[in-house]
Amino acid sequence: MEDMKEIVLEYVIDEYLEDEDDEISYDTPLISGGIVDSFSMVSLKRFLEAKYKISIPDEKATPEAFDSVNKITDLVKEFVK
Amino acid sequence: MSNIGSYEERVKNFGWSIAEKELDYKDGDVINIGWYCSDRICDMGKADKVALHWEGMGGKTKRYTFDQIRINSNKVGDFLRSLGIQAEDRVCLFMDKIPELYISFLGGLKIGAIVQPLFSAFGDESLHVRLENAETKAIITQRKHIAKVRRLLDKSPYLKHIIVVDSDERKPLREREVAFDLESYPEPKNFRIHPTKAESPSVLHYTSGTTGQPKGVKHVHYSLISQYLTTKWVLDLQDDDIYWCTADPGWVTGTSYGIIGPWSLGTTQCVLDVGFSAESWYKFIEKYKVTVWYSAPTAIRSLMKAGDEIIKKFDLSSLRHLASVGEPLNAEAVVWSEKVYGHPFLDTYWQTETGSMMLTNFPGMKIKPGSMGKPFPGITAAIVDPKTFEPYSEHGKIGLIAFRPGWPAMMRTYWNNEETYQAKFKNGWYLPGDRAYIDQDGYFWFVGRDDDIINTGGHLVSPFEVESALLEHEAVAESAVVSKPDEVNMEVVKAFVMLKPGYEIDDMLELSIMNFIRKKLSPLAMPQEIEYVEKLPKTRSGKIMRRLLHAKEWGEEIGDTSTLEDD
Repeated sequence: MEDMKEIVLEYVIDEYLEDEDDEISYDTPLISGGIVDSFSMVSLKRFLEAKYKISIPDEKATPEAFDSVNKITDLVKEFVK
Repeated sequence: MSNIGSYEERVKNFGWSIAEKELDYKDGDVINIGWYCSDRICDMGKADKVALHWEGMGGKTKRYTFDQIRINSNKVGDFLRSLGIQAEDRVCLFMDKIPELYISFLGGLKIGAIVQPLFSAFGDESLHVRLENAETKAIITQRKHIAKVRRLLDKSPYLKHIIVVDSDERKPLREREVAFDLESYPEPKNFRIHPTKAESPSVLHYTSGTTGQPKGVKHVHYSLISQYLTTKWVLDLQDDDIYWCTADPGWVTGTSYGIIGPWSLGTTQCVLDVGFSAESWYKFIEKYKVTVWYSAPTAIRSLMKAGDEIIKKFDLSSLRHLASVGEPLNAEAVVWSEKVYGHPFLDTYWQTETGSMMLTNFPGMKIKPGSMGKPFPGITAAIVDPKTFEPYSEHGKIGLIAFRPGWPAMMRTYWNNEETYQAKFKNGWYLPGDRAYIDQDGYFWFVGRDDDIINTGGHLVSPFEVESALLEHEAVAESAVVSKPDEVNMEVVKAFVMLKPGYEIDDMLELSIMNFIRKKLSPLAMPQEIEYVEKLPKTRSGKIMRRLLHAKEWGEEIGDTSTLEDD
């Protein structure tokens, strides 16, 4: 689980964080914090699906469910066998 | 009583001189939007009135009176002048929705510079082509965006000054970069406002075109006349209102109605600079007791999706008037908003080129949910035949929306592209590129775009730009980009992609293509879906027939395929 959190956090930092000096944690608000916008959320979902070989239904991929690394990993856990 | 009173009476007795008189403007006078939105309001005795309530991440707040807006915009102007920026030089604003963005907008205008606001989520290529096209001399930005600007420096010879409003020791400044701190910069003595006239250029907003690069839409200071009056009559702003325009000033709504309209009326406005969530928006309305709310269909549909229950947690009783812009507002959203907020969102129709509202639903008017409403007084609007450009006399007939040119906020040209500008006019009408019809009561109803441009979440995306960018991805041989339906954003970008030999379809490749476009152009332009194809439909002359792909996505009739190349 820690691994997954670290992987997701790293991906968010690499792909979405504009200022490399900013620091984010597992609880930093991503969507409501303006780090990942609603359009980019689709690419984050695609990353999770590809990385963990899962399919997240659209109705589960809400801005609330994607709002922090912790929330994202909770969501992914539901689908990982 | 609403500001507009009787729509019919206003239409009958209309003249733009109404606004000129209220603004004490006479033909030939100096007219400077920066002065009208700050100094004049102070001169009217409202210096201590709050102009801006700002809230950012982590609940950080700031508050500015009109006098502080006046002084701070003078500081920006003074600083720009000290760098050698002169009238009509282009100054780009590349910031999130922070106070410096709003204040710099006025500061740039006060010295006669042409202000070029750009959406801060733009990727490298989107930023570069717009700066190059405008030959922008200075860019005002934040530390968080500076890496993007630095990557363009080698190929941006015109860009002389990169002004960083929140510079600190974490990111030492480099050549051409200069720090500017609004708070510590001394108040300039005897600041001189540039004597701009009605036709002096003011704002350069960029919009997507069907072919070629984005177009710089040039506006002038006289645009104030229609922005002031439409704000007053359509948004119905009154002296004690607290107004919230949710648009980003990187787009035209965020300047015409997120800065110029409300502040030229001396209205207190609020800005929330955090990502979207229903809870944060409702909390914001409750906290600042927002009375007039101007938003976009995508946001409204997202709020609908968040449900009715969450609304009960907040006191939204301050709301008295709601309006919407960006894309057609569906009837369900109008009905829903009346049910949950007690007021319907009133749709308004206009675009970057028109500079101010053209077709709108007015306070007090009978609302037909799903309709764009009626022309603003003084606007001559029609539906014209797409071939002859003659107005239809019959109701219900679908044709092109057309306006007689001549309203104050009409664009004056496309920057360095007069030919494309002239092509927007046919038979004496300005054609915004949308199809619609008029019903028997004179209400306009949107049908669709008349070109391939994609309207996603109220923002226009050019398929051509996305296709061109896709070709730069190492795996893409050819592509075609169209819109596909989307519940929240009305439509989103979909790409049909032919891969180069040696590349296999897999999820990581798809992700790589998506992220490539997101960073190069913008998140809006990123394909939300990629479909791999072995062949794209083309005419015999080799032109991709996007129309066929679009029809497939929307479940429409394919139509004439006689020019389709043979297998």
